Amino acid sequence: MRQLLTPSGDLVGEAPFGLDLCVRLYRAMVVARSYDRKCVALQKQGRLATYAPFEGQEAAQIGSAAALEPDDWMVATYRDAAAMWAQGYPMELLVAGRTGDERGGSPPDHVNVLPPSITVGGHMVHAVGLAWAERLQGSSRIAITYFGDGATSEGDFHEALNFAGVYGVGCVFFCQNNGWAISMPRSAQTASETIAQKAIAYGMPGVQVDGNDLFAVYEVTRQAVERARAGEGPTLIEAVTYRLGPHTTSDDPGRYRDAGEVEEWRRRDPLERVRIFLSERGRWDPEWQAEVEEKAAREVERAVELAESLPPPAPGDVFGGMFESPPRHLREQQATLELYRAAGEG
Amino acid sequence: MPRMRMNQAIAQAIADEMRSDPTVVVFGEDVAEAGGPFKTTDGLLIEFGPNRVRDTPISEMGFLGAAVGAAATGLRPVVEIMFIEFLGVALDQLVTQGSKFRYLSAGKVTVPMTIRASVGAGLGFAAQHSQTLESWMLASPGLKVASASGAENAYGLLRSAIQDEDPVVFLEPRRLYAVRGDVKVGSNAAIPLGQARIVRSGEDVTIVAFGSTVRVAVDAAEQAEFSAEIIDLQTLVPWDRQAVLESVARTKRLVIVEENPYSFGWGTEIATKVASELFGDLEAPVLRVTTPDVPVPFGKALEERFLPSTSYLLAQTRYLLETGTLPRPWWEGGPT
Repeated sequence: MRQLLTPSGDLVGEAPFGLDLCVRLYRAMVVARSYDRKCVALQKQGRLATYAPFEGQEAAQIGSAAALEPDDWMVATYRDAAAMWAQGYPMELLVAGRTGDERGGSPPDHVNVLPPSITVGGHMVHAVGLAWAERLQGSSRIAITYFGDGATSEGDFHEALNFAGVYGVGCVFFCQNNGWAISMPRSAQTASETIAQKAIAYGMPGVQVDGNDLFAVYEVTRQAVERARAGEGPTLIEAVTYRLGPHTTSDDPGRYRDAGEVEEWRRRDPLERVRIFLSERGRWDPEWQAEVEEKAAREVERAVELAESLPPPAPGDVFGGMFESPPRHLREQQATLELYRAAGEG
Repeated sequence: MPRMRMNQAIAQAIADEMRSDPTVVVFGEDVAEAGGPFKTTDGLLIEFGPNRVRDTPISEMGFLGAAVGAAATGLRPVVEIMFIEFLGVALDQLVTQGSKFRYLSAGKVTVPMTIRASVGAGLGFAAQHSQTLESWMLASPGLKVASASGAENAYGLLRSAIQDEDPVVFLEPRRLYAVRGDVKVGSNAAIPLGQARIVRSGEDVTIVAFGSTVRVAVDAAEQAEFSAEIIDLQTLVPWDRQAVLESVARTKRLVIVEENPYSFGWGTEIATKVASELFGDLEAPVLRVTTPDVPVPFGKALEERFLPSTSYLLAQTRYLLETGTLPRPWWEGGPT
């Protein structure tokens, strides 16, 4: 397993980036954690629908997204808000999406991120198609897709990898192996020793990396992205990480996993090791940390305010966004509904 | 108008779209080198090359999902599901992924793809390669579903399907691939989706058909002593309510003939609409002529019995007109 920064903050190889970028990515991880905790709190207050927290996976998401170009395609899941935000997806739209507002699924035009996949596994082949189509149109954009260890048991995963391998498309398959698929541990998910080794069967490189190591995640993703962009084909990355929280806000992980296991992973916190690394190089102190956290909280607060200030959708909006030219019966239904509402009867 | 087989009309529609729009690409199993198992993509590889016409692994979920992704970049993929049965392993990509992207992204991510699939019985392909299965897709908002009923409309409907900005499922009755017809071609020949076609005018009864049953209905009308108006729906989602209601308002009798099991076929939707809107005007109950609720038989004799035939449609309709009551279907001893 590739590792560059140990849990105690020791650099055991060459840093893939300079201190300035390291500081920037550390800040991003702080913002991501702040966002994640805020969303859990909002859900408890009934201001958000079901939420899937990613605490513990910040390095996997921020480190991998940092290896992309701003216009590369990202096809991610309900647990990947940090990666999506890092790729330019406005935070207020991520929040809006979780309140149940479909407008949250429509980022600005320059952001090449698909709406997050809420079903497991069906989205990976979209990244294959995106990457293939971009190459066909002469563009150098690549696609990255995020998924969990559970999704690798879906047939979709195998068809996506097989297709990508045969067509040699510029696609990066980024698996966050966070140990658990709801209540199913990784050991019960597949008899393969690693998820990365599944790549061999599809004729592409597979790399296992410490997913809580920002440095190593960035390095291996950067290599996969460069390979993809150079037309050398897809790569499967297995980032070994841990879901510190529940599957979603509707789940109680205490029923199926040991508190001791969670504590053990807390000691491998992806933020802590970077904090030590920066501290030892004179780029971190408690005051700066407080300032970074305060700024993060303000950014998250502003996003929540923006999301909650969106005017609520009207009943007639259920007809919107179905077709470029809606069929006559839907147009008539919508017009009738609006007529009755205008008359105060709807 | 050139005369050609339905598979040739399909190949020409795709080729003409590819000529006029460089974003149209074709992929699927055996569509490039082999020209398609039913020869519906014959000649495309030679003219447009391997970038735009490409064979894929036997991986329906893989290539249908890739088409969704490719469509999101602005390409117009036309993918072929060799037998509609094979859509079963890829249905998620159609009903849950591709048809929902526009909605989930508030209109930003669009999926202008066409899924072509061969459907239906009549060629002795047995229970797993003879079904119609369009019912799978009709209650999945975000999709459009159309079918050719012969070479005559295959060309025009397919051109509209490929030009459409949303996912369209285009069904091709297998037993009609080799049947010839006069085909209007060219960029003005596109037939709008959602528009039915009055194939033949009549006064005593309206017979609504779709895909493979249109020919059956026309043949029946030609032999009948009564005057039947034949409507080819051409598109099931959205279906042309106005055309059907206007016709039945005149004839006051409706027969629906579909190649589907009796229970839960699309004809029930049309029967409900017509019975609700024209309740007081109807002079007979709505009659549905279908297959029984059983798999498609393999053997020729049983397969012929299974499909709604011209003589069966005639006998059933005649009974309806003569008695004003519903005949029993053949599997309950009704007129054949």
